[in-house]
Amino acid sequence: MINQSNKVLNNNITKLVNQTYQYGFSTNIEKEIIEKGLNTKTIHLISQKKKETPFLLNFRLKAYKKWKQMSEPNWAYLKFPEINYQDIIYYSAPKSQKKLKDLSEVDPELLKTFEKLGISLSEQKRLTNVAVDVVFDSVSIGTTFQEELSKHGVIFASISEAINDYPDLIEKYLGSVVPIGDNYFAALNSAVFTDGSFCYIPESTICPLDLSTYFRINDQKSGQFERTLIIAEKNSQVNYLEGCTAPQYDTNQLHAAVVELIALENANIKYSTVQNWYSGNEFGKGGVYNFVTKRGLCAGTNSKISWTQVETGSAITWKYPSCLLIGDKAQGEFYSVALTNNYQQADTGTKMIHMGKYTRSRIISKGISAAKSKNSYRGQVAVTNKAIGSRNYSQCDSLLIGNLSNANTFPFISVQNATSKIEHEASTSKIGEEQIFYFLQRGIGLEKAIELIISGFCKEIFTELPLEFAAEADKLLTLKLEGSVG
Amino acid sequence: MTLNLPILEIKNLEVSINENQILKKLNLTVEKGEIHAIMGPNGSGKSTFSKVLAGHPSYSIINGDIIFKGESILDLEPEERSHLGIFLAFQYPIEIPGVSNEDFLRLSYNSKQKFYNKPEVDPIEFLSIINEKLKLVNMSPAFLGRNVNEGFSGGEKKRNEILQMILLDSELCILDETDSGLDIDALKIISNGINKFMTPDKAIILITHYQRLLDYINPTYVHVMQNGKIIRTGSAELAKELEDKGYEWLEV
Repeated sequence: MINQSNKVLNNNITKLVNQTYQYGFSTNIEKEIIEKGLNTKTIHLISQKKKETPFLLNFRLKAYKKWKQMSEPNWAYLKFPEINYQDIIYYSAPKSQKKLKDLSEVDPELLKTFEKLGISLSEQKRLTNVAVDVVFDSVSIGTTFQEELSKHGVIFASISEAINDYPDLIEKYLGSVVPIGDNYFAALNSAVFTDGSFCYIPESTICPLDLSTYFRINDQKSGQFERTLIIAEKNSQVNYLEGCTAPQYDTNQLHAAVVELIALENANIKYSTVQNWYSGNEFGKGGVYNFVTKRGLCAGTNSKISWTQVETGSAITWKYPSCLLIGDKAQGEFYSVALTNNYQQADTGTKMIHMGKYTRSRIISKGISAAKSKNSYRGQVAVTNKAIGSRNYSQCDSLLIGNLSNANTFPFISVQNATSKIEHEASTSKIGEEQIFYFLQRGIGLEKAIELIISGFCKEIFTELPLEFAAEADKLLTLKLEGSVG
Repeated sequence: MTLNLPILEIKNLEVSINENQILKKLNLTVEKGEIHAIMGPNGSGKSTFSKVLAGHPSYSIINGDIIFKGESILDLEPEERSHLGIFLAFQYPIEIPGVSNEDFLRLSYNSKQKFYNKPEVDPIEFLSIINEKLKLVNMSPAFLGRNVNEGFSGGEKKRNEILQMILLDSELCILDETDSGLDIDALKIISNGINKFMTPDKAIILITHYQRLLDYINPTYVHVMQNGKIIRTGSAELAKELEDKGYEWLEV
């Protein structure tokens, strides 16, 4: 009987989880692509198309050379077929020859696409207090509020624009936090990245708007390789949000992004992500392979970088937003909810490297695994001998739904001085039949019960998200799990 | 003539879990205004009985029927049974991390309101409703902000069950060992809450191991359950006799 009731539980879980992916449509649009495959010719072509400086071409070629010598990392708890890097399109852009004067000139088909995704580019309907840059396949379509931001000296542009308009900043900072040969996917990104966002917050400025980038993969064969660079000067502050979706294809798309954050003295960067790439169907077919390198450099005294992520999509997630705490009293934070369902696999976590004195870091990770998915937390806390008086607190909680899902925690801790303090807590729980029965007995229906349990489990993370994002994230998790517990 | 119908009729109920038969031709009739105490040794089927009434999905009904206010409820989901007026105070109330007691209670209350097409109450209205009920079980309003049963002491968990029972005002309440693990003061508070809750329209089934609860709550009948059926029914005196002589006395 227990087996039978577990079956009921699993069936219901499946139902709940298999809510159709509402962003799975694709847009039919005339596009310009560079023939699939990767070699130095491809790189020259990309660089040429983007009219880049020799610095950048050189940057790309060096990265390509490194990448050729490296091999795919295999230490993560992930299983996937070999990726054929010669079968990927590295550049795909909607055809639009001339430079746009303003967003009203954007192809209406594209505007419609983003409307459908809930991202309004038309200035009348724009989100209040959020400036948006949208990236479609390989290129940025447009950025809102640029003028208003520039009054405050804030630069918010696509990275392509920045490469042309602010070469000094690019040369100084690009690759300074994630070196080109940092890892296999970072090297690949450095060689072929096509677009992304660039933010620069000048000294003593609190960015008046939240900045946000929305990434959309549209083409079936193309990979998305975006690059984000955020620089917060002394005493400045910025909130940055990132969202992403992709159409539903039964092949896998590769997404390999690099995000670099630099916080100087007393600067504060808060970076939030709601990742909702297509995760494949209930049989594990299709979905985005998400290999992302995100790293923040707390360079100045008292600087602070805080990562918040809600990871719900992708067939595979390989992602460790990290902080290098170099300035004295620098602070790093990592708040994460990762939800996996069906055959999704996530290996995600963070690295907190303490190098400055009295640096502090805080890690709160919540993993939810349903159906046959695998969800792993992988984290590293390293305290060097110079980082006296440093502190770290880590908490990793896993929630299992059904009997076939899998949760793992791999924490690595190394401390090289005696004055530092490290705390690590971990828990694993299961949404059990008895918990659900308790709700039902009190007249609360199944779906509401699960919604409450999940949002209760994620509460600490959602409070870190900006308000609109928190509501969206809550809704997203419920949607993703609808019908999934019985 | 619904007025004269018994609130609960159990007819020849046979129940199994994992192919083990737990309840064997169980019969019981409960009328409005009655308090039935069910006693019996460990493993006699008392907790199974309570969960089956509430519709726990792990058990399968092999035979017999459960009639609630004149209608069979065998095909009803647990939440429907709850709405219709069956309440189970759990022996081990489960913890729900991150969900505040206040939200949980309000949601539970509103689910029932909705079922009866009554207006749902907003959080402010609800506060005045719940504050009234808190007094009945001597609980401070501060406890509303805590997560459901998380970090509650044994006594607090049981009081929380009684609070929910009072809030939902169900007609048939099954209390599964609500008295176990309580000190004498908590026992008094809980008994007091139960007595205030009881009216001539309601009925209560008390599952207990000990006679001491019956010092505070006066049962209409005392039943002894053994091996999945009721082997003896008597008055409150029966409980006292059991306390003296143990269950073995009945086995012969």
